[in-house]
Amino acid sequence: MTDRSKGGSYDYTLIGVFAILVMLGWLNIYAATYSDDFSSIFDLSQLYGKQLLWIGTATVIAFICLQLDFRFFQTFSYPLFIFSLVLLAAVLVFGKEIKGAQSWFVMGPISFQPSELAKFGTALALSNYLSSLTKSFKGFRTRAIAFLIILSPALLILLQPDTGSVLVYTALIFVLYREGLSGNVLLFGLLSAFLFILSLLLRDSSINLPFDFQIQGVYIIMLFVAILALLIFFLFRKVKQLPIVLGIAVIFVSGYVFSVDYIFEEVLSPHQQDRINELLGITSDPTGAGYNVHQSKIAIGSGGWVGKGFLQGTQTKFDFVPEQSTDFIFCTVGEEWGFLGSLVVVVLFIFLLFRIIYLSEKQRSKFARIYGYCVASIFFFHFAINIGMTIGLAPVIGIPLPFFSYGGSSLWGFTLLLFAFIKMDSDRINVLR
Amino acid sequence: MKSYENRMYVVLAIMFFIGLIYLMRLFFIQVVDNSYKSSAKNQALRYVTEYPTRGLIYGRNGKLLVYNEAAYDLMVIPKRLQVFDTSAMASILGIEQDLILERLKDASSYSRYKASIFEKQISAEDYAAISEQLYKFPGFFGQKRTLRKYPRKAAAHALGYISEISPFQLEQDDYYKKGDYIGISGLEKFYEEQLRGSRGQKVLVVDVHNTVKGNYAGGKYDTAAVPGLNLHSSIDLELQAYGERLMQGKRGSIVAIEPSTGEILCMVASPGYDPNLLVGRDRSKNYRALAANDTLTPLFNRAINAEYRPGSIFKIVQSLIALQDGLITANTRIACNRGIIGCHGSHSNDKLVEAIQHSCNPYFYEVYRRMIQRGEKKSIFQDSESGIIKWRKSVQRFGFGRPIEIDIPGVLGGTVPGDAFYDRWYGDDRWAFSTIYSNSIGEGELGVVPIQMANLAATIANRGYYYLPHLVQSVGDSGRALKPYTEKQQSGVDPQHFEPIVQAMSKVVNETGGTAGRARMDSIEVCGKTGTVQNDPWPDHSVFIAFAPRENPKIAIATYVEYSDFGGVWAAPISSLMMEKYIYGKVVRKEKEQRVFDAQFLEIYDRPQ
Ligand SMILES: [Zn+2]
Repeated sequence: MTDRSKGGSYDYTLIGVFAILVMLGWLNIYAATYSDDFSSIFDLSQLYGKQLLWIGTATVIAFICLQLDFRFFQTFSYPLFIFSLVLLAAVLVFGKEIKGAQSWFVMGPISFQPSELAKFGTALALSNYLSSLTKSFKGFRTRAIAFLIILSPALLILLQPDTGSVLVYTALIFVLYREGLSGNVLLFGLLSAFLFILSLLLRDSSINLPFDFQIQGVYIIMLFVAILALLIFFLFRKVKQLPIVLGIAVIFVSGYVFSVDYIFEEVLSPHQQDRINELLGITSDPTGAGYNVHQSKIAIGSGGWVGKGFLQGTQTKFDFVPEQSTDFIFCTVGEEWGFLGSLVVVVLFIFLLFRIIYLSEKQRSKFARIYGYCVASIFFFHFAINIGMTIGLAPVIGIPLPFFSYGGSSLWGFTLLLFAFIKMDSDRINVLR
Repeated sequence: MKSYENRMYVVLAIMFFIGLIYLMRLFFIQVVDNSYKSSAKNQALRYVTEYPTRGLIYGRNGKLLVYNEAAYDLMVIPKRLQVFDTSAMASILGIEQDLILERLKDASSYSRYKASIFEKQISAEDYAAISEQLYKFPGFFGQKRTLRKYPRKAAAHALGYISEISPFQLEQDDYYKKGDYIGISGLEKFYEEQLRGSRGQKVLVVDVHNTVKGNYAGGKYDTAAVPGLNLHSSIDLELQAYGERLMQGKRGSIVAIEPSTGEILCMVASPGYDPNLLVGRDRSKNYRALAANDTLTPLFNRAINAEYRPGSIFKIVQSLIALQDGLITANTRIACNRGIIGCHGSHSNDKLVEAIQHSCNPYFYEVYRRMIQRGEKKSIFQDSESGIIKWRKSVQRFGFGRPIEIDIPGVLGGTVPGDAFYDRWYGDDRWAFSTIYSNSIGEGELGVVPIQMANLAATIANRGYYYLPHLVQSVGDSGRALKPYTEKQQSGVDPQHFEPIVQAMSKVVNETGGTAGRARMDSIEVCGKTGTVQNDPWPDHSVFIAFAPRENPKIAIATYVEYSDFGGVWAAPISSLMMEKYIYGKVVRKEKEQRVFDAQFLEIYDRPQ
């Protein structure tokens, strides 16, 4: 054991991975925006110059995090949460609308997105609340409060509206699951996503039967569900109340399947519908709705084994890929560093996530453990959606790749999330059980 | 309190699973699937061809025969077109508006992404005006090309011309791309590979707005165009132009060869055309006009593509072979027995030299008989067959009966009939000397091409050997002579047998009453032989071969003047003037010259040539 009075040391593995990701991120932003009239890497009129500034300030934030008392985060979790909610409300009034979402505070040269701070605030508040429970995560009231903590910032962000940032909060389902929410929730989520996709795919198709019978899209699913229910019924006939449970399930599934149509048409905006249609291959329009993903796949796909080399990318640098330094920064990795580069980045992220979860489980403090899960879940969601959309495996939801994408707010937010955890982790031996 | 620690593994498994799926997907699109790579190239890279300049062609003494002038092809890439004012474009280019739409349709049907030629060979001056307006027409751009130019309207047939490659040729050779120019005839075709050089390519990167952003990969994949090699031709431009002038108003040809090298000094085919006509925007129009002229056939290179019966000149070849085979000597006398074959003039029992001088038909009837029926076989049919096989081989060694391997394509081989020929004609064992005797005096089934007759003159001048006639001395700036043309070709007849022939040819020109008195020159001993190709009922073709001077000959020549007269009347003086021009650099016999200039034999007969 190390000297208790000084506390444990920081987890330099996490700090190292953070440093590598930020550095790789900056190199790729540089490559994506580099042009021949390059003057200096500190040129603040260029994105790479500004990003250096953001990296510098993020380092300051990281440093401050490490200097704070480890108890600070838990103590100020609710005030911070309330503060971020206030900011989210304020941005709806005083914020600036950029790309159709009123989500930015602009102060001179600096823009700030309160939703980035809100992730941190929500993670702290959720951790604090869940860790305060004496029993595990049970009872309606408890669950309701937990969901309220998650949903209130999400709702405020939905008003901006910034769908991507709203969806990030769904990632916290992992935290709830770890703390005792029934695993059926995950299964339920998976099943509804599956049925949603299936309904959309089969919406306009039909099966022809003999004697001029024709089964339309949704009824095909209904037919399968019914057959499945009958199968389960005959296999597990002896289980009590099975018919009732199955009956209710079939009714719910049917209702859900029929409402998919409605949800799709009425709740989602036309461009969201287009993106989902493109993703599922229902429509294909590489010059319209599918343009971004099409170009992104070309850029990544043209990288080959080892890529075209640093600064040698053509698709990203010459604007074929939109948002090439923010949401689609991974294209530059794929194009210039090829499969090997992509492999390195994906492995680094997975390693980061594993390391955070591994360390979380080692925490003596429940608060720190839950917070660690919050951080991992949020990073995972960003990672999965961001890279997934560049390779056509996830819908185009504009959220940044942690530490990679250009932008001050998001870098600060991710740094804050990570370094608060590193700080908590370094003090875990000081925590009394 | 229930512990949910194990749920860590579920969370880790989900994260790991997603990571793995992404890596598999990345592997698929980056490594397995190549379509993204080609899409990327199509989008971001522009391959710009760098055209090499075509090699120049110089004549004897370094005189320029063909040079290049900058010209531009207006190219179009249909994919990049935007709506534009077709009437404005029509007026800039000076073409019909309908034609613009038609050409755009053609270009699109060829390729939407690749450049097609929209308007060909716009001169530099015209292009300067067009390029100022070009910004109004996105999708169009100028491609620099070279246009062939000819300082003198001469040697069109020998030089040949270039033209846009045909779809058929495009399939044959994958070096070429649509819109490339390729040699179609003459030296341009024969030396195409040396003249064309090699194309270079620049790979440029463009951004999403199609703006060029620079060289791809720092120019790593760029290749420079290598200019074509220059040809150093043996054509004497002055002599060539003079020959063309002499042949104006006449159908025929003049081929002159330097006997010591086989270099062709001039190759005149008349009527000819101005080589500048087959260049530039009006090329196809002019070409159609030239090709449609079927009475004068100006595109027809008579020097290598016209076949005539050799006539009396062939008696020289008969003599040489018979001498070599020991069937006659210079002293052999043969009676002028005009029973079977006619003769002219008053002679009765000539020796060889006199027989050639008088062109005695019965003499060569007998010489030919001795060669064909040597009495080696009992049957006259089989005897004739083995005789003609021997004779034919000997004739072929003089360059007859097969195309002379000159360095322009499409040379005719002429005809030297052999056993197979007559077997086909009459049937096996159905013919003998008596059937084929007209060959003895150069009539019958024999056919020769003017270049072969010039080569015969060179062979006699060299007393037994020749070099393959050729138009190019060296390629590039090495100055090295080309391989096949440095090898001596033996006629198979020993030098001493040529003396009586040379003596007779000198007498033909220089002895009073010789048939080619008009070829005589005061200061130089010309040796020659006239020939006449009969065309009853039309006027004869006048033929003459000669070389001069008698010792160390500098020039050997064959002249054909169609539908003019007996050989000595026109072909002999024309040859003489040409030799004077070549040897002295100028012609002082103005009266003789004027007589030729004034002569016109372009009357159209039902059966031309
Ligand atoms: Zn006679």
